Amino acid sequence: MIRWLRALALGSALILLGACAERGANTQGVYMLIDTSGTYTKELEKAQHIINYVLSQLNPGDSFAVARIDTSSFTEKNIVAKVAFSDQPSRANQEKRLFRDTVDNFVKTARSSAYTDITGGLLQAIEYLNEAGTGRKIILIFSDMQEELKKGYVRDLPLQLDGFEVIALNVTKLRTDNIDPREYLNRLAYWQQRVEAGGGKWRVINDLERLEPILR
Amino acid sequence: MSELLSITPSPFLSVLVWFLLLTVLLYIARQPAHRLLVSLSRSLRNALRLSARSVAQAERRLAERNREVLLEQGREAAERQIEREFQRVEQAVNDELAQCPALQRELRERITAIEEDYKKSIDVPPEPPLWAQAVDAIAKIPAKNEPMVARVLEDIHTSMVKANDMVVDEFRRSSRERHLLLVKMMPLWRQVISLLQKLDRNVESLRERAQVVDRHMQHYKTLSEDTDRAVRMLSSSSLTQFFISGLVLLIAIGGAMINFNLIARPMQEMVGGNTLLMGFRAADIAALVIIFVEIALGLYLMEALRITRLFPVIAALNDNLRVKMIWVTFFFLFALASIEAGLAYMRELLAQDDAALVRSLLSDEAMVVDSAGRWITTAAQMGMGFILPFALVFVAIPLESFFHSSRTVLGLLGVGLLRALTWLLRLLGNLAWYLGSLLVHVYDLLIFAPLWLERLIKESRRKPEEITAAQTADH
Repeated sequence: MIRWLRALALGSALILLGACAERGANTQGVYMLIDTSGTYTKELEKAQHIINYVLSQLNPGDSFAVARIDTSSFTEKNIVAKVAFSDQPSRANQEKRLFRDTVDNFVKTARSSAYTDITGGLLQAIEYLNEAGTGRKIILIFSDMQEELKKGYVRDLPLQLDGFEVIALNVTKLRTDNIDPREYLNRLAYWQQRVEAGGGKWRVINDLERLEPILR
Repeated sequence: MSELLSITPSPFLSVLVWFLLLTVLLYIARQPAHRLLVSLSRSLRNALRLSARSVAQAERRLAERNREVLLEQGREAAERQIEREFQRVEQAVNDELAQCPALQRELRERITAIEEDYKKSIDVPPEPPLWAQAVDAIAKIPAKNEPMVARVLEDIHTSMVKANDMVVDEFRRSSRERHLLLVKMMPLWRQVISLLQKLDRNVESLRERAQVVDRHMQHYKTLSEDTDRAVRMLSSSSLTQFFISGLVLLIAIGGAMINFNLIARPMQEMVGGNTLLMGFRAADIAALVIIFVEIALGLYLMEALRITRLFPVIAALNDNLRVKMIWVTFFFLFALASIEAGLAYMRELLAQDDAALVRSLLSDEAMVVDSAGRWITTAAQMGMGFILPFALVFVAIPLESFFHSSRTVLGLLGVGLLRALTWLLRLLGNLAWYLGSLLVHVYDLLIFAPLWLERLIKESRRKPEEITAAQTADH
């Protein structure tokens, strides 16, 4: 019995020694990019629905940020709301409520932009999630994935997406896609190639009725 | 390789040549090969048999050790039972026989009272008045026709009647008093009977305890004699204890799991919900630690109460220190139970908050929380949080039985395994021996042709009488 108790004490000591190293290893960081260009602003309510779903699924200690994609997306100014949830569940719930309110305000006041800088948004997302240091890194792109850059903007650079999951949500078909579906398929293939070339995993989810696969 | 083997253009011929060559070689090497095979199989068999013997010795030693441990445990348990019984007898003697002087005094008082009442109730006939004889003499005066005498006699008669009435009245009164005294004696008699019955019960209880002590002593005597029957009895008892205590421990584990689920979620509020320690959530570990501490406190409490005997140090403490320890462990247990009740309450609040948040996030409808009846689950959780730590205290009893009986069960298992190993080693040894013989025969089969030739040659050299004798011997 005494031997058993000694083993237990030794085990407890070892646990305490290895305590701090694993903080954040099981956390997840989600960065959601919302396209606000052109007519896509009409889809914002859907984005709000997705944000609420993600909020309901995140745990204490996780990180979440929502940013808009507009003419120049590679800037902190584009981040609508961001939070690293507290470790305490009750405080994390309060933070989720505040986050939801901020996003609600954004949806009400969002204006459409002339251009769509998806690459800039992705770069910003990579930077944010790397800084957050979460165990799992997910980038959600709520967009039709049609990038339109303002003249002078340089975005043909490789993306460092090693360890990232990039999920394109609600990739709507444009009028031209209906005429020639190859454009739509090529567009998706282009982004898939860019993400996978950067070491990331690529997924597309268009059925917004079933959001469970997002954080699976 | 095939080219090397093909020594003639015809494969059949090559095989035949090789076969003949090998047969000749094997025939030449027959004696050493036989010796090698026999020696190999014999050494293998000897090695295996030697191992089997060592294992069998180990099994015997283990069985002896098991027997010693079993008997020692049995003796210890019997000693404990006898000690307990003696303590009970002592307590009974102190509690019940200590009342004997008081009972005796009470009985004496009752008997004295009865005696006094009895004396008072003796029926004494009233004595006739002393002057009655004088009256009798006067009554015998002959001149009865004299008016003077007649009047005197009449007066005397009247006085006599009056005196008689008074005496009768007095007699009746004294009789009534005596009857009343006798009636008063009844409850005293009943009290005396009750006291005697009580005394009888006390004596009977002591007699029963003495019988129990006798039985335990008999059991102890049987164990001291180291008989096989005692060992079998103890083994069977140990196995039963092992399975029963194992079952109770499983139930206790179930209780501990419920307890864990009650406090793990609210523990996240204290130690964080997403911090890992060695791959496990810190909150889960904290909850487990609390449960383990409760179980440990339960063990100490049971030890201090002398219900279990896992820690000799605690059992050897003096009574004052032991009582202090009982109160300290009880205080800590009470504190932990109160904390758990609080955590269970917090758990309910967190669950409600989570549900409200998810509802507000995932549905557009106005949030309406039906709180009717919520207090029942809250109260039930708090109650469980408070009671379960105390329930876990009693884990100490099956745990002690489990540890004690597992020694016997493991010993029996060890003996069984060693016995099986002995059998296996012996089997392998025999197999090795027979395999050697088989290989010798197979070897001879391969070189049957030269052997047959050898036999023919030998027979041709022998005399006819020897051949006949050999054939007879063969038959």
